[in-house]
Amino acid sequence: MTTNEIINPANLVHKKTDLLTDVPMHYCPGCSHGVVHKLLAEVIDEMGIQEETIGVAPVGCAVFAYNYIDIDWQQAAHGRAPAVATGIKRLLPERYVFTYQGDGDLAAIGTAETIHACNRGENIMIIFINNGIYGMTGGQMAPTTLEGMKTSTSPYGRNVELNGYPLNITKLLAELEGTCYVTRQSVHNVAGVRRAKKAIQKGFENSELKKGTSVIEIVSTCNSGWKLSPAASNDWMVKNMFPAYPLGDLKNV
Amino acid sequence: MAKIKGAVVVDTERCKGCDLCVVACPSDVLALSKELNAKGYNFSYMENPDACIGCAACAYVCPDACITVYKVKLQD
Amino acid sequence: MEEVRLMKGNEAIAEAAIRCGCDGYFGYPITPQSEIMETMMLLKPWETTGMVVLQAESEVAAINMVYGAAGCGKKSMTSSSSPGISLKQEGISYIASAELPCVIVNVMRGGPGLGTIQPSQADYYQSVKGGGHGDYKMIVLAPASVQEMADHTVLAFDLAFKYRTPVMLLADGVIGQMMEKVVLPPFQPRMTEEEIREKYPWGTLGKLKGNKKNVITSLALLSEEMEKTNNHLQAKYREIEKNEVLYEEFQCEDADYLIVAFGTCARVCQKTVEMAREEGIKVGLLRPITLFPFPTETIKKYAEQTKGMLSVEMNAGQMIDDVRLAVNGKVPVEHYGRLGGIVPAPDEVLNALKEKIVK
Repeated sequence: MTTNEIINPANLVHKKTDLLTDVPMHYCPGCSHGVVHKLLAEVIDEMGIQEETIGVAPVGCAVFAYNYIDIDWQQAAHGRAPAVATGIKRLLPERYVFTYQGDGDLAAIGTAETIHACNRGENIMIIFINNGIYGMTGGQMAPTTLEGMKTSTSPYGRNVELNGYPLNITKLLAELEGTCYVTRQSVHNVAGVRRAKKAIQKGFENSELKKGTSVIEIVSTCNSGWKLSPAASNDWMVKNMFPAYPLGDLKNV
Repeated sequence: MAKIKGAVVVDTERCKGCDLCVVACPSDVLALSKELNAKGYNFSYMENPDACIGCAACAYVCPDACITVYKVKLQD
Repeated sequence: MEEVRLMKGNEAIAEAAIRCGCDGYFGYPITPQSEIMETMMLLKPWETTGMVVLQAESEVAAINMVYGAAGCGKKSMTSSSSPGISLKQEGISYIASAELPCVIVNVMRGGPGLGTIQPSQADYYQSVKGGGHGDYKMIVLAPASVQEMADHTVLAFDLAFKYRTPVMLLADGVIGQMMEKVVLPPFQPRMTEEEIREKYPWGTLGKLKGNKKNVITSLALLSEEMEKTNNHLQAKYREIEKNEVLYEEFQCEDADYLIVAFGTCARVCQKTVEMAREEGIKVGLLRPITLFPFPTETIKKYAEQTKGMLSVEMNAGQMIDDVRLAVNGKVPVEHYGRLGGIVPAPDEVLNALKEKIVK
C-alpha cells in the first residue's frame, strides 16, 4: 500500500481539533505553550463544553491565547487572572472557567490573587506554565528560575543571597484547603503529553463537581530564553528542572 | 501477522521546523527539509515513509498541531 | 407606595445596588465606606435577588473581579476610599480600554498617603482626569445627599451600560457617614442570561455554535490598531460630554458672583449663599453633579453674567482648573478649600468670597 493510499479519511488517527483555530501561533518553534494549547482545545472539544467554557489569558507569552482556542476569553492584567476568573465563575457558576498563567504572572506579581483564589476554593482550573523565565519580555529571572540559572537579569546565574530561592508555589498551593487537585506535568514526550491531557480533563471535571480549585503545573521549556534548541531544551529540563520541580500529583482529593 | 503501516501529512506552512517530531519519532521517519516554507522554516517531512507505523508520537509532541496521522492494518 | 427610610449614605448605596438588579459586588474594607459591604452582607441578597457579594483579598483583586464579571455583561461594582482607589487604578484603566461597564464608588478621605479617615475631595484630579495609565476617562457622579447616593447608584449603572464605560460615584466621608431620609428605588429584577445575550452580545457567557467568540481585551500590538481604539474612546467621551452633563443651580439667576462646589462643599455653600444674600451680596451656587462631563458651557455662560467665581473644594484647588478653562479669563476665578479632612464652615467661605472675589 502506498503512502498516498494510506492518506485517506477512513484511516485517520490524529488531526488538529477544529477548536484550535487556523491562526498560526506566535510562539517560538518548539515552545511548550503550543502543546498545552492543543491539549486544552482537544479536551474542551472531546468533553463537548465549548459553549460553556471561558478562558482567562494572562500577561506574558500566552497573552494571545485567545487567538488560538475558539472559545470566549477575557485577557487579564498581569497576575490578576485568578481574580478575573473569580468574577466570571461567581456570576456564571455553571460555566467552566480556567486561567492560563506563566510563572511570573502566577508566582510573582499574581501571588496574592493565586493563593486567595485557591484558598477560597474557587471552582476553576489554573494552568500554570513553569519555564523558569520571563519569556515575553526577553528572558529575565522569574520566581521559579533555578539557583545558578542564567537569565538576562541574573547574567551570572541566580544567586540566592541576592534573589532568594526558586519558589515552589505549586507545593504551597497544595497545602491550601481550597485546592482539590494539584499536579505537576510536562509535555516533552508522548507519555508526558498523554498524562498532561488527562490532568487537564480532570481539572475541568473537578470544576463541574464543584470540588474546589485544580492547579495543573506544566514544567515547560523556553528554548529562546534558555538559548538552546527545542530538543536540547527538553533534555536540559529533564536534567535540571525536574529535580527541582518533580512531576506527579501533589494532591488529589 | 498483521502489519501496521502509517503515514503523516505535515501542514508545511504551519510547521516551524522545531525538530521535536523528528526526535519523538520511534521509527526515524521524519526529517527537516532542505527547502524553506514561506516563513523561512525547514519544515518536517517523511524522509523514510515506509518505516511509519502511524503511532502519532510526532503529532502528540508537535507544538503547532501541524501533523495529521493515518494508519492501516495490513494482512500478510 | 414609595419607601422612605433613614439611613447612612453608604447604606443607601448598598440598598440601591441590590434593588437595581446588580449582579455582583466585590470589595475590600476601608474607612469611611465599609458600611457598603457590611450592609450587603447583612442583607444577604444572594438569597433574594441572587446577587453575589464577595470580600476580596485586596482592592486590586476586587477591581479585577469586577473586570471578570463585567466582561460577562453582568452588572458589577466595587467600592473603596481614596488609598484603595489608588490601588484600583490599574484595573480601571483596563476596564476603560476593554470598554466594560461597571460602577466604582469612592467615598473620599484625606490624603496623600494613608492620610486621614476624615472627608476630603482631594481625588478630583484622579477621578476626572484619568487616574490610571493611558488616555481614558470615566463618567464621574458627585452626590451631595443620601438620596443622591441611592439615585446615583442606579444612574451610574444605566450610564455604564449605555456607554460601556466605568462610572465613578465620587462621594466623601460626610455623605457616606451622615444619615438622612431617603426614598429607595423600586426593585428591578436582575437580567437573565438570555436578556444579556440579547442586549450585550459582547459578553463572555460562552461561545454558542454559529457565533463568533467574544474576547475581552485591551491589547493591540499594532500602533495603528491602538490609535483606532483610542479614537473610538475619545469619540465616546465627546458623545458623553454632549449628552450627559448634570448640574444644579441655586439662586444663580440674578447672581453677581458664582460659587462652584460639588458634594459636601455644595451643601455648605448653599448656606453661604443665603448668608451673603442677607448681607446684600448677590451670590449664586452652581453644583456640578457630573464632574466628567463637566458643566463647561453653563459656567461659560455665567462668565458673561457674573463678576467673579469662587471654586470651593476640600482640596488644594483641583476643580478650579476646569472652572478656569470654562471661564477662559473672562472673570477672576479663585479657590477656597480646607485640606486633610476638614470641612469648611459657611462663614469661612463667605469671608473668603469677600476677600478674594467681592472686594
